[in-house]
Amino acid sequence: MKELFGSQPAKEDGVVAELENQPDEVVVEPTQQGIRFSVGIDLGTTHCVLSYAELEHIDDEGFSPQVMAIPQLTSPGSIEDKPQLPSFLYQAHPAELAEDSTALPWIAKPDYLVGEIARNLGSKTPIRLVASAKSWLCHTGVDCKAPILPAEAPDEVDRVSPFQATTAYLQHLRDAWQSQFPDAPLDQQDVVITVPASFDPAARELTAEAARAVGLTQAILLEEPQAALYSWIEKSHGDWRNHAEVGDIILVIDVGGGTTDLSLIAVTQQEGNLELTRVAVGDHILLGGDNMDLALAYTVKAKLEKDGKRLEPWQIQALTHSCRDAKEKIFINTEVDNIPLVVASRGSSLIGGTLRSELTREEVNRVLIEGFLPKVVVSDKPVSRPRTGLRTAGLPYAQDAGITRHLAAFLTKQQGATDELSDIHLPEHASFLHPTAVLFNGGVLKADALADRLMEVLNSWLSAEQAPEARLLEGADLDLAVARGAAYYGYVRKGKGVRIKGGTAASYYVGIESAMPAVPGMSPEIQALCIAPFGMEEGTQQELPDDEFGLVIGEPVRFRFFASNTRREDKVGTRLDYWTDEELDELEEIEITLPEEGRRPGEVVPVHLCAAVTEVGTLELQAVSQKDNGRWKIEFDVRAGE
Amino acid sequence: MNTYAIDLSLKPTTFDLWHVCLAGTVALLALILIVLLLSMLISLMRCKKKPAVLPAAPTPEPVVKIVEKIVEVEKLVHAPAPEPVVLKEATPDAALQLLGLLQKEARFIDFIKEDIAAYSDADIGVAARVVHEGCNKAINEHFTLATVRSEQEGSKITLPQGFDAATVRLTGNIVGHAPFTGTLVHKGWQVTGIRLPKLTSGHNAAIVTPAEVEL
Repeated sequence: MKELFGSQPAKEDGVVAELENQPDEVVVEPTQQGIRFSVGIDLGTTHCVLSYAELEHIDDEGFSPQVMAIPQLTSPGSIEDKPQLPSFLYQAHPAELAEDSTALPWIAKPDYLVGEIARNLGSKTPIRLVASAKSWLCHTGVDCKAPILPAEAPDEVDRVSPFQATTAYLQHLRDAWQSQFPDAPLDQQDVVITVPASFDPAARELTAEAARAVGLTQAILLEEPQAALYSWIEKSHGDWRNHAEVGDIILVIDVGGGTTDLSLIAVTQQEGNLELTRVAVGDHILLGGDNMDLALAYTVKAKLEKDGKRLEPWQIQALTHSCRDAKEKIFINTEVDNIPLVVASRGSSLIGGTLRSELTREEVNRVLIEGFLPKVVVSDKPVSRPRTGLRTAGLPYAQDAGITRHLAAFLTKQQGATDELSDIHLPEHASFLHPTAVLFNGGVLKADALADRLMEVLNSWLSAEQAPEARLLEGADLDLAVARGAAYYGYVRKGKGVRIKGGTAASYYVGIESAMPAVPGMSPEIQALCIAPFGMEEGTQQELPDDEFGLVIGEPVRFRFFASNTRREDKVGTRLDYWTDEELDELEEIEITLPEEGRRPGEVVPVHLCAAVTEVGTLELQAVSQKDNGRWKIEFDVRAGE
Repeated sequence: MNTYAIDLSLKPTTFDLWHVCLAGTVALLALILIVLLLSMLISLMRCKKKPAVLPAAPTPEPVVKIVEKIVEVEKLVHAPAPEPVVLKEATPDAALQLLGLLQKEARFIDFIKEDIAAYSDADIGVAARVVHEGCNKAINEHFTLATVRSEQEGSKITLPQGFDAATVRLTGNIVGHAPFTGTLVHKGWQVTGIRLPKLTSGHNAAIVTPAEVEL
């Protein structure tokens, strides 16, 4: 890997020293005890991918991660190896499947059906299908450990919690690994699990807990856009330094099957070495490729209904599948202007009951490009209608399908993200943060038409402010980059290669009531007290000794909890009296219960709060007693407890 | 000289040295007999496991002879040398599996089993799209196909001496000796990779597609 640094001899000093230290470290470290692989797990909303590389061979041949073939049931009784494990779980009826038809190579009767079989069975029986469990993890307003999925199932269907579903996917991956590498247990490898950059502390903690539940106590978390950038760095084999320069702001746009994730990474200089710092992450936007396929299916459905044909739900589902394939063909093949769509009847008569329509290039352009990537100005905001009624039964899908509008809002909101970096200079008149380079990730952006339009819109915003056009970073593997990058990160953590600095993606606050006389009819004013600043690095902690809280022994005490991904300047202990809705997002309440442990119930213990970012990458809040330094963990996941 | 009188009704009253010697000899002989029997039994059991054909009777024959007998049996198997060529029997499971895959992805059986005489070409064409697309998907997913010859069809190619007659078939005016020169009529297909699903014990491959009942 030395060639990574070969092109700039002047910048090498620090890194070379590290490389030279490495052999000693390998001897000291317990590598010989079994750590042989760096394993990256992309725990996606619609698919999971596991990538791995042998650590011992990295220095000799460069880094070439493999994608593990995951054995999984594809239909009852049939097992196939696939590079992806669909993130679906199916709760089969006891009479539904024949005896012994759900065996896997490592277990005769798994607890849950996951992967391809779950997706296939669920497409015909949606009431028993658990999908998008990952998005539920980040859904404020539900208890992620309560059995709530499938949300629309009748009462007699056994439900699982989003946490259990995530655990089931991880368990399948672990067992698949174990059966392929019986001599290298996964819990002894370096494991990196990716999470969306927009995951809140509770969702990260739940992911880490799911990993612990299957024995992967050593697993650490990495944000997906960062993993994508790591993969790009790794694939360039050292050449990335010629494509990125000091002052660059790299915008990572990740449009997956179900979510869109945005991150900004700045390129700066430290003692002559290029440094990467993740400066901002976007909100959790539930909008992705699946929405596009559905939009096309409904366009064709409208066309068919105009001809007087009524479609049944299963036909719409089949239509969505054909639209996905047709869309890909139209995007790949520039000469084809329309693709015939056929929905076969369900019965054994194929010719009689077949439904026929077609998808034209004009429709694809209108629905996908104009619908999802409209040409907007940077001051446009995503449309958000006030939500009416209770929405506890479903996920908070994005209301505006315009990805470009979400992007505009993100860049405008993060205008000040690089203020503290001396290497980045934004023009005075800039009304949004000007990215200079773009890295794509996610299968949707494989379509050149969509990628080109996204670049076109972004560059139109930049040229409107006389800024140079952003360039596209080439060579990314859009489907597997996250898993590959995660495996590479395991190697970076050994002190080799360049590491993206990041820390927490937001600053965190607890709400405290300010002391003021009670006014009838008005709830007391709330102050936000900063307990964790922006960009706290892994393995650090910050205490807040001056502000004391009195906690009652044996009684749960709750705090309102806020996060901000724009207030970078707040230090621990900063009190905010006033903030706009855009600045602070309210998260779920956090809860502390002091155990009795030799104290009298009802006694009031003065404590202060302490925030730490663990090595795993999760935020941990603790209450610390002033008197005897006793520490109690503050729980995040008390969602919708009442 | 001593004279010995034989009287079988006499019982010895003293246990003298002779008696001791006598008893010792009896015990020794009994021991030898037991060891011999045991070793025979063990070797018999070992022999039985190997061929699993011989109903070797536990006769107290020497072990060596039994081994000889096995050799004879093996020779018998080899003996009828000009037996007809053993033909490979195709396992039905893989064939059934392929049918199942083609039906699942392409509605192959539905299409073949349907009486197409009653339909217009346009209707059949619509259904053929489903079958073509699905077959394409199923075949690409489970097989890696490559052409046998990379040359353009219709071009002249020369086959050297000792070419593989299993991969290239000669037709037409086959005379003379290799190298043969002729026109490539079909470039040929070969499967270079195969990835069929594995089956669990409870799977009945004969059910190409199950009946479906919507509740």
